[in-house]
Amino acid sequence: MADSFEIRIITPDRTFYVGEAEMVEFNTTEGEIGVYKNHIPMTVIIKPGVLTITGQEVKKAALHSGFAEILQDSVTILAEVIEWPEEIDEERAIAARDRAEKRIREHDPKTDIARAETALQRAVARINVIR
Amino acid sequence: MASMRDIKRRKSSIQSTGQITKAMKLVSTVKLQRSKQAAINSKDYFNYMYRTVQSMLAKAGSINHSFVKGNDSSKKAVIMITGNRGLAGGYNSNIVKTVTRSGMSKDDMIIYSVGKKGREAMHRHGYELAADYSTMIDAPQYDDAMRLSAVLLNAFRNGEIGEIYLAYTGFKNTVVHEPKLIKLLPVELSEDAETNEQSKVPMNFEQEEEEALELIIPKYVTSLIYGGMIESVASENGARMQAMDNATSNAEEMIDKLTLQYNRARQGSITQELTEIIAGSQAIS
Repeated sequence: MADSFEIRIITPDRTFYVGEAEMVEFNTTEGEIGVYKNHIPMTVIIKPGVLTITGQEVKKAALHSGFAEILQDSVTILAEVIEWPEEIDEERAIAARDRAEKRIREHDPKTDIARAETALQRAVARINVIR
Repeated sequence: MASMRDIKRRKSSIQSTGQITKAMKLVSTVKLQRSKQAAINSKDYFNYMYRTVQSMLAKAGSINHSFVKGNDSSKKAVIMITGNRGLAGGYNSNIVKTVTRSGMSKDDMIIYSVGKKGREAMHRHGYELAADYSTMIDAPQYDDAMRLSAVLLNAFRNGEIGEIYLAYTGFKNTVVHEPKLIKLLPVELSEDAETNEQSKVPMNFEQEEEEALELIIPKYVTSLIYGGMIESVASENGARMQAMDNATSNAEEMIDKLTLQYNRARQGSITQELTEIIAGSQAIS
């Protein structure tokens, strides 16, 4: 059993989650990472993905953008956009995924590929959280 | 002395004005409750954001990034957050004064206005106006702040503007609101001892520090703009509530005075009528 540490998730509108966790996993610009207690202090930038908090129970949320400050005994995630599974509209997420995929496939020089890719990542993260 | 009819007319007009101000006061009280809660909820986020950026800068003093060093442009963009509606005491004019008396040269400034009242005032003063973002202030969303900051950061990167300022009304409590003008970019390190204390924890970055700044500073700017909007909305409702409260009590005072005058006039006219009747009957007999 790993030691637990404090995790705080703050959004511009509310304090999303505060609690104890043994491990948190999320996606960053450098790839997916998992954080245990006594991690070296680090600041990482978040990419759209699934946030998993493992403590007494496992919680999942769709984390889209922001950054995280990792200290030895706490993790603070400043999330610009984050959603619990029950806040996600599955049909909309699937529609968004299909739309983004179509845009990327079509290779239209006018489309902003980077934007379409982020949209796709976001939609996939939402879908993964629900399932 | 004014005639009874005049006084009556005046009184009823003040009465209906009083009713309007009273209703406005009640409405802004309710709105204030809501916006105050939003301002409190968002505070945590900004404190963390501010601390993180400050500690990044403290450790990385020699970062050679335009967000810290600035660029060559002398233009200063000022985001000015006011209300879309008036009747809020000095709320709108205080912000206008803060900006016009900031000591910055008028020719260098470009106003990005959020709020119709501020836009109109700056137009009258002859300032250069960029696009209008007035609809944002009705119900500020984080997305709105993101859009605005993207526009400004783009202009900053292209060298169209060299500095970005934010003028908003800070919400201290229900009765104290403070117009503020703060510098967003280039980011400056504050001399605050407390933040320096906290920043002593050695922090690592997954990316190069410059790259991390490139990603974090836009979020920092966005969050400050959003915070400015949220606090301004709370202040606006607070200011309007106060202004309307004063107006209502003034109206009540005036009605009291007019009621007194009206009664006096009524008595005067009765006395006069009686005198006329008695004088008339004496003349006949």
